Amino acid sequence: MTRYLVGKLAESLLALWGVVTIVFFVSRVLGDPAVLLLPVGAGQQDLDALRASLGLDRPILEQYVISVLAMVRGDFGISFQHQRPAMDVVLERMPVTATLAGTALLFGTLIGAVAGAIAALKRGTISEFIVMVAALLGQATPVFWLGIMLILVFSVDLGWFPTGGSGTIAHLVLPGLTLSVFVSASIARLLRSSLLDIMREDYVRTARAKGLLPRTVFFWHIARNALIPVITMIGIIAGELLGGSVVIETVFAWPGVGRIIMQAIQAQDFPVIQAGVALVAAIFIVVNLAVDLLYGVLDPRIRRR
Amino acid sequence: MKAFFLALLKSRAGLFGFLLVSVFVLAAILAPYLSLPVPTRSNLLARMVAPTWTGLFSPGAHPLGTDELGRDILSRIVHGSRITLAIAAAAVVLGGIVGTLLGIVAGYYRGMVDRVLMRIVDIQLALPLMLLALLVVAALGPSTRNLVIVLALTSWLRYARIIRGQVLALREREFILSAHAIGAGTWRIMLKHLLPNVMTPALVIATLELARIIIMDAALSFLGLGVQPPNPSWGRMLADGRVYISTAWWIVTFPGIAILLTVLSVNLLGDWLRDHFDPKLRTMR
Repeated sequence: MTRYLVGKLAESLLALWGVVTIVFFVSRVLGDPAVLLLPVGAGQQDLDALRASLGLDRPILEQYVISVLAMVRGDFGISFQHQRPAMDVVLERMPVTATLAGTALLFGTLIGAVAGAIAALKRGTISEFIVMVAALLGQATPVFWLGIMLILVFSVDLGWFPTGGSGTIAHLVLPGLTLSVFVSASIARLLRSSLLDIMREDYVRTARAKGLLPRTVFFWHIARNALIPVITMIGIIAGELLGGSVVIETVFAWPGVGRIIMQAIQAQDFPVIQAGVALVAAIFIVVNLAVDLLYGVLDPRIRRR
Repeated sequence: MKAFFLALLKSRAGLFGFLLVSVFVLAAILAPYLSLPVPTRSNLLARMVAPTWTGLFSPGAHPLGTDELGRDILSRIVHGSRITLAIAAAAVVLGGIVGTLLGIVAGYYRGMVDRVLMRIVDIQLALPLMLLALLVVAALGPSTRNLVIVLALTSWLRYARIIRGQVLALREREFILSAHAIGAGTWRIMLKHLLPNVMTPALVIATLELARIIIMDAALSFLGLGVQPPNPSWGRMLADGRVYISTAWWIVTFPGIAILLTVLSVNLLGDWLRDHFDPKLRTMR
């Protein structure tokens, strides 16, 4: 198990390096920040001087090695826009994004898991019908449009919640609700279809035939295996939400990580793009590691490899 | 083919999805012949006209109202569907084929092949899809072809990852072991024995993906990175209409309902296809 862990960790670091490399080269394709930073009409001399001071005049590979070495030390450079360490600019936004992501994941997963299990266990009843109709509608609704509609009803018409911004629980309600709908609909559908698949397996029939309690069969034979694809899904969703849902943050003027990275892309603020993406990637990789470990716990066939 | 449609007639949800998808596809194909107002023609005398249902067949009727430039919303939604559906379908096919095949290869070979492929998946998955799409669109420039590539790029790994997991479990099963034992070749096992068994998850994923891609396409347009104006696109209509939310609710409401209904009908059809083509379910009947 220790070897498995060490291997997974090494693979994680490799993935992080890959992300940083991709982002470094993609962000260099985006454009020349020196042109953007200087006022219109600045001379070639000023341009060259600024490039030199930012290190942009060196060969691209040299720039790459220098920035990777600096990143290892936790130094992502100074934001062109904010004139402060790029990582600080991004880290400041993390709590806001994490609050929203955590709320949506918690409520979304709970509601989705309960609804999905009900739909599978009460097959053919009105409960299954209601859950599936709700999940289908929830999944068919574009999140950002749902957000706009909630603003229309609860902010513009009823005036119960603010239209945007962050800071209080009232600010969290609408964006949290919007994202929870999306999370729970996905999980309910996947869990139901996964449970129904597993319930038809031979080993489940065997377990029933040898007289195990229905509860034991459900928790030890069905649920454990049915959870594997669901956990994959939760891992992916968690990674995406923690990276800041750019569109929802735009709709609700939620000052999170997604928006700061989006603004950095538009302003070609390379240090902030790199710091933001590296942070988001690191968080995702940790989540992913946890998912891999859970796989082993849940499915003994995979643990043996 | 006849059996297929007879089975479809028996399922209410499947039939509903099939009919709705057909209506949308037909409307998209026939849009130029439907004698709708020109979707890009503005009329400043008829700005932000509320939906009216009287005199529906008179020339100046706007059943879904007009937007801030006086353009007919119904016409823009119908014309917008042409672009949206073509882009989404192309992206799903591209992403689905690549992802499914890579997932089978990774799960079957395991070892180095699996590690390298899963590392690539992990590297890409570690970037949130929306951020990846933003980065790539910003780097390549917004165009229809780039949009298809970006959407497929965000899609293939969902198939690859989940199908790899299924194959990892499947390859320990007796029927694969016995296929090995009677000397079946690698490609035969992957295509004849593994592929049919992962078609159910692949179809479920493709359903979810087509839906997700239509929505993501709208989201990218919403952020101004999708199909460029003046072409009507559902996402752009939402973005433009959001500004007028307190005075003209219909501008932002109807394009959203169009997306919702399209995605809903695609999902219903996909669910039914899954139940119909799932060999395990069929043996139970």
